[in-house]
Amino acid sequence: MDIDTLVRLAQLAGAACFVLGLHLMNSPATARNGNLLSAGGMVVAVGATLLDLITRPGGVSVVGWVVIVVGFAIGGGLGLYTARTVKMTAMPQLVSLFNAVGGGAAALVAIDDFVRIASGGQTASVSTTIFTVLDVVIGSVTFTGSLIASGKLQGLIGGKPIIFPGSRLLTIVLAVVAVVATVVLILAANGNLAIDGTASVLVLALIIASACVFGVTMVLPIGGADMPVVISLLNAFTGTAVAMAGFVLVNPVLIISGALVGASGGILTKLMADAMNRSILNIMVGGFGGGEGTIGSAGGGATQVRSISADDAAIQMAYASSVIIVPGYGLAVAQAQHACRELGELLESKGVDVKYAIHPVAGRMPGHMNVLLAEANVPYPLLKEMDDINPEFDRCDVALVVGANDVTNPAARRPGSPVSGMPILNVDHAKSIVVIKRSMGRGYAGIDNELYGNPKTGMLFADAKDGLGQLVAAVKAL
Amino acid sequence: MTDLLTQITIFVLAILVGFEVISKVPATLHTPLMSGANSIHGIVLVGGMIIAAGADNPLSYTLAFVAMVFGAANVVGGYVVTDRMLQMFKKKPAAPKPAAQA
Repeated sequence: MDIDTLVRLAQLAGAACFVLGLHLMNSPATARNGNLLSAGGMVVAVGATLLDLITRPGGVSVVGWVVIVVGFAIGGGLGLYTARTVKMTAMPQLVSLFNAVGGGAAALVAIDDFVRIASGGQTASVSTTIFTVLDVVIGSVTFTGSLIASGKLQGLIGGKPIIFPGSRLLTIVLAVVAVVATVVLILAANGNLAIDGTASVLVLALIIASACVFGVTMVLPIGGADMPVVISLLNAFTGTAVAMAGFVLVNPVLIISGALVGASGGILTKLMADAMNRSILNIMVGGFGGGEGTIGSAGGGATQVRSISADDAAIQMAYASSVIIVPGYGLAVAQAQHACRELGELLESKGVDVKYAIHPVAGRMPGHMNVLLAEANVPYPLLKEMDDINPEFDRCDVALVVGANDVTNPAARRPGSPVSGMPILNVDHAKSIVVIKRSMGRGYAGIDNELYGNPKTGMLFADAKDGLGQLVAAVKAL
Repeated sequence: MTDLLTQITIFVLAILVGFEVISKVPATLHTPLMSGANSIHGIVLVGGMIIAAGADNPLSYTLAFVAMVFGAANVVGGYVVTDRMLQMFKKKPAAPKPAAQA
């Protein structure tokens, strides 16, 4: 067996490990091994490539090796450091950052390939040109788009949608420029158009520039609450860009891995969008409202709400036989997961059956709330998914809603409301409801939550962290 | 052309495998899943290595270098952070938990 065959088989084994690794992520019990298996596959695939480079006829120049080794050491070191030090609440922006560099790397691979062919006085084939342009466009959009998303999540850029005059027009202009430039490159590749190497590189540069700007203008107008969808979508983009890079380099392992990630990102994007009752297109176009849930003044309607003190709420919960905690975006923003766990444990110690109801879009990225609560040491069997927990609200004494809004709005069950059809948690079926909320401000859907007007509901007006702290103190004092 | 067709075949089948494998993952694990998938696309590191090996001018070396840094950060950081997340998923809490079971 020659080296080339060995390398290809090893890369195939790596790709198989990725598939099996993702498969093991089906259950919390095997997920960690799945990730390790996937990492093992990565080591095998990279090791095989290394072997291929070492044994290739003519070898690799010294500078080439320096670039590989030093580049890996710097990038790997930075990745390792940030990954080990990041706080779990900052997870979404870090994943977004890793996504950005992945997309950037994929674009660079295709750019280098294109420049090399062009400067060699040759013209790439039509298919290679198409894959190159796709890789460069998707990779560049992902790069700048993910950086903006990361900046928004980190709070460097306002979480509210940023819309500037003419942004739509700019988007259209960028798209037209990119399409025309692409057509020029394809015509040149097909021999219908004679442009020299330098000119074709300039055309590609135009495509890169418009894609980079497009990434920015695409993510800026999207509100903070839509971030779970955006991050999934950008993840799918990077996967697709990597697959395109695989086509350009004729490397099956890149194609397989990229396609896997593209598919997974695609599924998550759809799940997230469904859970928010919005189409992906609607979110990308920057639909209604947005931001951190304080649009307009206090709930405009004449809704009568009942305010409740922490002491009263504490008594209700401490003497209940079952309590369901519904944590939402507000809890993630206030970083109140530890206070939440403390309250949960305290209630359990008083003999209360405590469970957590997790809506699919709770938190700032898909499944983020689960990670936050897991970090706070809440055992995962207590974290219930929407379909499992909904029947239990009928039997539950107190539902405690912390920083969740639209996902608990009973209006979603009726047609004619912006949230109609959105899957919600049946919080209103509980015998009694306590809502911790800063104000009567609306959720990002921009409508009043009918739950708050329910006679069974008591509102505890406080920041998620403060409110939970007050409850903990009050339960302890009982 | 057959080469291209083979590649497209691989691409399409891999997408279908991806759909199949991932659609069963529970919401609890969506963040680690995304983070894990995120590390997998760090395989682009291999692409960075290939262009670094083929480089012969300053521009190519620069592009390859940046691609290596990006790809390595993506791979190493991605797997480490995913592992950190997953090790927190425990069946039993670390703190002692008295009675009260459903």
